Amino acid sequence: MAEATLEHHAVEHGLPGVYEAPLFGAYSKKVGMWLFLASDSLTFGALLFAFSYNRIYTTPWPTPFHVASITNATIMTACLLSSSLTMVLGVFASQRGDRAWTRNWLLATMAFGTAFIVLHGMEWTKLIGEGLTLPGFPHAAGTAAGELADVSKTAPQFPATFFTLTAMHMLHVTIGVIYLGVVALRKLFLPILGAIWLAGFLLIPSDNVFHYGIHALLLGLVVAAIILFLKPKDYDAHDVEVSGLYWHFVDLVWMFIFPLVYLMSTRIS
Amino acid sequence: MHDIAKHDDSKGQYFWVWGALLVLTAIEVVLAYRQVFQPVRMLEILLLLSVVKSALIIGYFMHLKFETALMRWMITFSVVACFIIMYFFFFPDAGRIVNLGVK
Repeated sequence: MAEATLEHHAVEHGLPGVYEAPLFGAYSKKVGMWLFLASDSLTFGALLFAFSYNRIYTTPWPTPFHVASITNATIMTACLLSSSLTMVLGVFASQRGDRAWTRNWLLATMAFGTAFIVLHGMEWTKLIGEGLTLPGFPHAAGTAAGELADVSKTAPQFPATFFTLTAMHMLHVTIGVIYLGVVALRKLFLPILGAIWLAGFLLIPSDNVFHYGIHALLLGLVVAAIILFLKPKDYDAHDVEVSGLYWHFVDLVWMFIFPLVYLMSTRIS
Repeated sequence: MHDIAKHDDSKGQYFWVWGALLVLTAIEVVLAYRQVFQPVRMLEILLLLSVVKSALIIGYFMHLKFETALMRWMITFSVVACFIIMYFFFFPDAGRIVNLGVK
């Protein structure tokens, strides 16, 4: 905040030397986040290109998404779009200095993000239950004769690119929810995250991929604890805005995954 | 805080953007599920709609529309240039494999 304040005073008063206005007219944290997002967009760009590349030369391309899957993915899209709106409202509340509503809007954003993750997890579980597996991985018990079991053999490019792309996005959403939790609740978020991880680990059946995937929360808990204890601070409007940039980016990426992966692989029954 | 609050911050425009994004999503779903167009044309239209949606998100929700021109151009040009390079790197090869008949 001190750095940002200096920059703003420099702009307002036109001070020379060390107080020169920032190059891009924005405080350094925001420029840093934009640069990170530009680099991260290339990560997703490469994965989307890989998906499309495989799709072009694989014939026939599987179309495993029935109306239930498309409905599910559409609700997931609506969740992310709504979370972007609540995030914007949270940024406004933080700029007004309204701490209570900042926290409320951030919690609403986290709720939409969590709903997205849960729905996406259900979709994954359904596809795996129908026999879709990564190349080289064994079928889950009782799914070897499922509707999608053949897809894993005849077009392994589909599960390979689908799971890689959507897992990377799901990981980003999860990191985003943890990021917002840290900004909104600070150290209070740590026991909540720990409880969610423990509940997930105990309640999710051991033959479900998320029984192990839930450990991403434990990793997030450790990282968040290190940050909060080594560099405790009161997150201000700039921090909320920067966290919002990350969250909107996650939303943005899904706007390409949804049509390319789901809508272009729709099965009309 | 000149750089985060100097533009018109009326909340109404963000609700309009949110509504527009939901409507565009609904159009995408209807087009895809009814298979209104052939696959290649469908892909072009869906990608066009996605670009429009991403422009709304970047411009309004991420506030890039309200940043300085230098910031806007630096981010946009660098990312778009990288994607164009990726396109010319990957897709001719994918087409070549199809033409060669590799299964």
